[in-house]
Amino acid sequence: MVLNKTAKETIAECAAKELHDGDVVNLGIGLPTLIPNYLEEGVNVFLQSENGFIGLGPVRGEAQPDIVNAGGQPAGIIPGGAFFDSTYSFQLIRGGHVDVTVLGGLEVDQHGNLANWMIPGKMVPGMGGAMDLVTGAKKVIVTMEHCSKKGAPKILKECRLPLTGKGVVDLIITELAVFKVTEEGLVLVELQEGVDLETVIEKTEAEFKIKN
Amino acid sequence: MSKITSYEELLQIFKDGITIMAGGFMGIGTSEVLVSALLESNVSGLTLIASDTATEGAGVGPLIVNKRVDKLIASHIGTNPETGRQMIEGDLEVELVPQGTLAERIRAGGSGLGGILTPTGVGTVVEEGKQKIEVDGREYLLEKPLRAEVAIIKAKKADKLGNLVYNQSARNFNPMMAMAADLVIAEVEEIVEVGEIDPHDVDTPGIIVDKVFLKGGK
Repeated sequence: MVLNKTAKETIAECAAKELHDGDVVNLGIGLPTLIPNYLEEGVNVFLQSENGFIGLGPVRGEAQPDIVNAGGQPAGIIPGGAFFDSTYSFQLIRGGHVDVTVLGGLEVDQHGNLANWMIPGKMVPGMGGAMDLVTGAKKVIVTMEHCSKKGAPKILKECRLPLTGKGVVDLIITELAVFKVTEEGLVLVELQEGVDLETVIEKTEAEFKIKN
Repeated sequence: MSKITSYEELLQIFKDGITIMAGGFMGIGTSEVLVSALLESNVSGLTLIASDTATEGAGVGPLIVNKRVDKLIASHIGTNPETGRQMIEGDLEVELVPQGTLAERIRAGGSGLGGILTPTGVGTVVEEGKQKIEVDGREYLLEKPLRAEVAIIKAKKADKLGNLVYNQSARNFNPMMAMAADLVIAEVEEIVEVGEIDPHDVDTPGIIVDKVFLKGGK
């Protein structure tokens, strides 16, 4: 790993490469919101905000109290954006009109199952729009640190926490590696700069193949 | 009959144990005046249907903090720690619903539908106790409609017939909730004469809005 880059920066930069010019993208709260900072020049995406607009952008000028992002933080809307109600917003999401969603994860498993909305007895924030996003977006990318704060693997044989979606994940990006979920299981497609295979094997519970 | 309502009149509307829908997302698009009126009415035992419970001091948050709600139907409660606390202590029954499903259940309630079929939640705890229906080889959950006795709506502008125009992302759940309640009350920042809103610009037609309260008219 390059020392002058944090895990989050590595992940966000790597995820930015998965977005293409013209994509409609929904970014989850936290790490995924860093991704637009790493888009290459000439790559412009439309950010969808599930509370009801397309064209999410930074606040420009004075913040407007009635524009917030999906985390409730002040936000802006770019020229060419559009507001709509929550039904329409989720019709876009479920109806396959969102090309990519990037979300954080507590656990992902080798079947493409994702758990990121609750820890029974500890944290029950609710699923918000996450279950609709993983069900309806054309491509689901999970960005997360490879292991928990205690060092336990988060890429598992089977998720243990309650699922957000079953068999929904397409790509997993961590600060160590990138995995693709295929019908034959997980495939390691990329090692992050300076990371060796042994480290990834040691820190991953799931079984995976290595791309030729 | 004028739809323009005084604050005193608002205080007579709310009763113990009723079901209330409140528009808004993290407090944006929630009528704070109507939330205050609910608190001042001293009603309790409410069932509340809302996107989320915002924070302790914003949106519908104060209704939770002041223990006026017995049952909550929402998609997200994480930003208001009091909601989780009351849920764990058993003082508040919480039904968590995926946000898109919540919007569609309210839409169904206001549009005469017996429910909606959604793939969201299949294979998760959300499917527990629900009918699964296969359509053309894909599984869907039957999600039932939601209705309320009162909907509290926030809009930017109304005319004297109750035609509403929303502002920016403060629209969110308001249009569906205005369709799904027996009594619909809107707080607005401006009331104009009939004819001053171009019919193209009306978001919610006044025929479904019962009462309009001008913000600051307290």
